[in-house]
Amino acid sequence: MAEGIFFEMKGIDKDYIMGGEPVHVLKKIDLSIEEGEYLSVLGPSGSGKSTLMNIIGCLDTPTAGQYILRGREVEELDEVELAQLRSLEIGFIFQNSQLLNRLTARKNVELPLIYAGVLPKERRRRAEAMLERVGLADRMDHLPTQLSGGQQQRVAIARALVGNPSLLLADEPTGALDQKTGAQIMELFSELNREHHTVIMITHDMNIAAHARRIIRIIDGEIMEGGSTKDA
Amino acid sequence: MLKSIRSTVVMLGECVRMSLDNILSNKVRSFLTLLGIMIGVTAVIALISTVSGVSGSISTSFSSMGAGRLSVSITGSDLKTGMTPEDLAEISSLDSVDGLVPSVSLNGRVSYERTVETNVTVSGRNAYYFQSNPDLILQGRALNFIDDDNSTYCCVISQEMVDTFFFGVNPLGKTIYISGIPFTVVGRFEEDSGGGVASIFSGTPNILIPYTTAMKINNTREITSFTVYLKEGTDSEAAASEIEERMDTLFDYEDDCFTVTSMSSIEETMETMMSMMSSLLAGIASIALIVGGIGIMNMMLTTVNERTVEIGLKKALGAISWQIQAQFLIESFLLSMIGGLLGVVAGLGLSYALCKVLETSFVLNTGAIVLGVGFSAAVGILFGWAPARKASKLNPINALRAS
Repeated sequence: MAEGIFFEMKGIDKDYIMGGEPVHVLKKIDLSIEEGEYLSVLGPSGSGKSTLMNIIGCLDTPTAGQYILRGREVEELDEVELAQLRSLEIGFIFQNSQLLNRLTARKNVELPLIYAGVLPKERRRRAEAMLERVGLADRMDHLPTQLSGGQQQRVAIARALVGNPSLLLADEPTGALDQKTGAQIMELFSELNREHHTVIMITHDMNIAAHARRIIRIIDGEIMEGGSTKDA
Repeated sequence: MLKSIRSTVVMLGECVRMSLDNILSNKVRSFLTLLGIMIGVTAVIALISTVSGVSGSISTSFSSMGAGRLSVSITGSDLKTGMTPEDLAEISSLDSVDGLVPSVSLNGRVSYERTVETNVTVSGRNAYYFQSNPDLILQGRALNFIDDDNSTYCCVISQEMVDTFFFGVNPLGKTIYISGIPFTVVGRFEEDSGGGVASIFSGTPNILIPYTTAMKINNTREITSFTVYLKEGTDSEAAASEIEERMDTLFDYEDDCFTVTSMSSIEETMETMMSMMSSLLAGIASIALIVGGIGIMNMMLTTVNERTVEIGLKKALGAISWQIQAQFLIESFLLSMIGGLLGVVAGLGLSYALCKVLETSFVLNTGAIVLGVGFSAAVGILFGWAPARKASKLNPINALRAS
């Protein structure tokens, strides 16, 4: 089902200056992902996996190396192009869902569409369709504080999906959830992947990582092993 | 192209909505912040409109005084302290002069039966004065040529005097004592009309008597103050120099014996003074606006800090720096504008009340409104710029990590 290379990383380095000391967070990362893949990046905290996610998501730029996303050299893009790329190609799902508490579930889902320049009527239609898709048809006008943790994460997933991105990028998506709710969210991810969404999930939990069809381990900024649980 | 303009407009509309949302979600804080601007604008508007109301009513009384008047006051030389009636007749005969009104002041103690009033301004006028101000007399008769020629002991008294001495009694025909001399009351006049600007400078006289009688009481043959009524269509500056020339010969070309002032020059001076005063007051009031602006800046900086995560999230979801900046700039602009508009309403209300108290007519000063609204818009943008810039420069990774 692979339709070609989704992105390719060649010799990605990332250094930070922390307290005057340079910290080598990512070391010579080579990684390539095909369209429609479901990948887990597994690693303990401080291993550099969040930095890797930020670079994949075009929120951060590497110190050295080459990152080609859908045939475009990310390093050469300006701020506006990067923002467009994030808005069109990537759907972020953060650990603690990161919803805006003042906005209803529907308005939260509409947010990325605002910046993509979608008109209000169309925005509303697509947000509602997406909330229905994640099973929250009856919770659209609730505020995040009126929703359970699992429901909040579903809203976050709907928000990530509403712009119809090619890549779903999730950072510890079940970190704040109990096991049962976490499993439901994982089921949703698998379903989305079957619908040809490329999914990358970052986690420190082997059980969660096992839902993916391909697992890479990252320790101390290096990819240690490429594992695969391809069972499909 | 059209599509991108449209989506920008939609985007800005969204910024307005989000800003209003945010302003309303912190009602107390927003209100306290915009209070600073509101007070500043209120002060500016109230001061400017009140001053312009006052100066407007002064101008009106100037024009009611008539453009064609000159007032002459004489300090005199060692040889000649004032104008004799013959000198006045000479001035009267000038081509540009319609007539003139001498003004001879007495300061006196006035009594009627057991009521005594001190410091009453009594002024001697001539028949021409009453002819030129036909609306002056409310009751009884005016003073006429016979009174002037015979120095009669007749007087007309103001409404205020009627209230003091003749409450509930018809004053006509009664005898009052001015500095111990009996006068017969022959009329009652309205002190507000006909006094014009002269009354602003010299106070409204309470009692008018024939000027010849006043001169007799003062034991003088000379007049030190009079008003020249010019013929219609005469240029007041030219007439003034003609009169000055004639009076120079009367005073043997001695310097500084008299001054001739045209009402239009007084009016000009007054207007300059008023506009200076209003800019000075507006300048002082605008300090309040700057203080208000600092309040807005403070609140915006706090808001940006509080909403770091929101900003980071929006950037991650595809917002560009200028969109973030626009949102915060619009927020501070709206905050300031709401304050400004409330200030305009409060300021107009206040100046309306002030004009009522000062008994001048209220003038809706559009300039003041434009100034108030424009100033608050500028304050909102100026003081919102730095916080909005700060927000737009936030790195989304750090911003998201802040949670």
